[in-house]
Amino acid sequence: MSTSKYETVIGLEVHVELHTKSKIFCGCSTEFGAPPNTHTCPVCLGHPGVLPVLNRQAVDYAIKAAMALNCEIGDVSKFDRKNYFYPDSPKAYQISQFDQPIALNGYIDIEVNGTTKRIGITRLHLEEDAGKLTHVDGGYASLVDFNRVGTPLIEIVSEPEISSPEEARAYLEKMRAIMQYCDVSDVKMEEGSLRCDANISLRPHGQKELGTKAELKNMNSFRGVQRGLEYEQFRQAEALDEGEAIVQETRRWDEAQGKTLSMRGKEQAHDYRYFPDPDLVKIYIDQDWKDRIRATIPELPDARKARYTTELGLPSYDAGVITSSKPVADLFEESLKYTSDAKSVANWIMGDLLGHLNSTGQELSEVKLTGQGLGEMIGLIEKGTISSKIAKTVFKEMLSSGKLPQVIVEEQGLVQISDEGAILAIVNEVVAENPASVEDYKAGKDKAIGFLVGQVMKRSKGKANPGLVNKLLVDVLKS
Amino acid sequence: MSITTKDVEHVARLARLNLTQEEKETFTEQLNSILQYAEKLNELNTEDVEATTHVLHLSNVMREDVVKESLPSEKVFLNAPDEEDGQFKVPAVLE
Repeated sequence: MSTSKYETVIGLEVHVELHTKSKIFCGCSTEFGAPPNTHTCPVCLGHPGVLPVLNRQAVDYAIKAAMALNCEIGDVSKFDRKNYFYPDSPKAYQISQFDQPIALNGYIDIEVNGTTKRIGITRLHLEEDAGKLTHVDGGYASLVDFNRVGTPLIEIVSEPEISSPEEARAYLEKMRAIMQYCDVSDVKMEEGSLRCDANISLRPHGQKELGTKAELKNMNSFRGVQRGLEYEQFRQAEALDEGEAIVQETRRWDEAQGKTLSMRGKEQAHDYRYFPDPDLVKIYIDQDWKDRIRATIPELPDARKARYTTELGLPSYDAGVITSSKPVADLFEESLKYTSDAKSVANWIMGDLLGHLNSTGQELSEVKLTGQGLGEMIGLIEKGTISSKIAKTVFKEMLSSGKLPQVIVEEQGLVQISDEGAILAIVNEVVAENPASVEDYKAGKDKAIGFLVGQVMKRSKGKANPGLVNKLLVDVLKS
Repeated sequence: MSITTKDVEHVARLARLNLTQEEKETFTEQLNSILQYAEKLNELNTEDVEATTHVLHLSNVMREDVVKESLPSEKVFLNAPDEEDGQFKVPAVLE
């Protein structure tokens, strides 16, 4: 089979939980991780006769997010009931928006393999989140926690303009960055505050009509989104090659099995019977309101990236990596108050810091490194107080204790040895003890000096100034 | 516009109602007469009238983002069919 025969068409539906303090239609807390059902009240439990009242902050956040996604904000917005029976929804309907969403027609730019591509955003609307189900009794019963019911969500629907799983991942990562910069959500996929469903179909190159699509759910990580779509792309291409018809259905990504599985029992077409919610009145968003929100939108990732490349001379790749996370970009800028070597800061962040976070699975907020610490450490390397090698030790200590580099260097006696006499003494010892390597070097094997340098560094516990070690070794060997 | 027994069956299924053949026929008739009555509105010219979604002249009714006390847990489960570990227990819905 070959995927190259087909063009892949993907559209994403992203749900972002807004981090308001209280729920969208009642005063219950939205705090994550509370004991089940302790953040519930008659409104969010769907008791009869209650009246939902809209949280102003949720609307403000939705408008802010929509503006950051270059959307047109509607002048009038209203709420509708989306009717369905499922135990995660106590009212048997979800309050959502149908024909008058908060915003329409936006876009974001993504970059894949060095090429920038614009992906259209069809709409952005406000709605309430559903409860959480846990299956028990061997699958015969479910337990329902309604704490999450009524948490404000924005649903962001993309145009079917995404052409590969890699682009889908880039889109989602850019979406997360923008929401993070706007400070409207915690955007943590593992806690469910950022969720993504995908529609994917294939069609032969040059064909105008879209192929039959599958809807993909349960992709709970950025990697999961990419892998799930890769699998689905492969599965559909293989089916088409065999002359099979693609069934329009919902499929679930199974991370452990590494494949997508058909979700049974939902073959009946959805019929949500949307109608305007009579408990909620229209929202008119006038120019003053729009202006007030627009003024709160901070510098967004693309603008920051451009500034890092033009003003600081960072390579585009570096600037992209650093600006993809706001806390990381903030740390980068804080460091530059203490050193002017932007490239060096970028290298330490991309190599040692992100490497550490990736391998431990920690968030930046969980390590104690400060921008001041990183900036000052680079200053110490520049001045020759510590070597790059020693700096690795200092850096690790800063991650765990947050102490400033000067303090760590003094406490642990890590100051670089730049005293020629002291280094020469070690050089002489090493030369005397390694006659074979010395001979190799004299016989023209320049590589032998690397071994000797290593021995000197080892004996000095990494503290000898590497430049001096090199110079003195050559002097001794040539004499 | 008139509705058929098929429409009644569809709506009944969406509402999880089991109707007898007799009921289906009765409701088809009743729903048609209700719709016919509402048809009268079509005699009005509504060309320049904005669609009404609410009878009250209210808009932008909102509250501030302030956390209020939730229900005490003994009250949360007063209407629950079954309860386990502080959660509502319901028959599984397979998806």
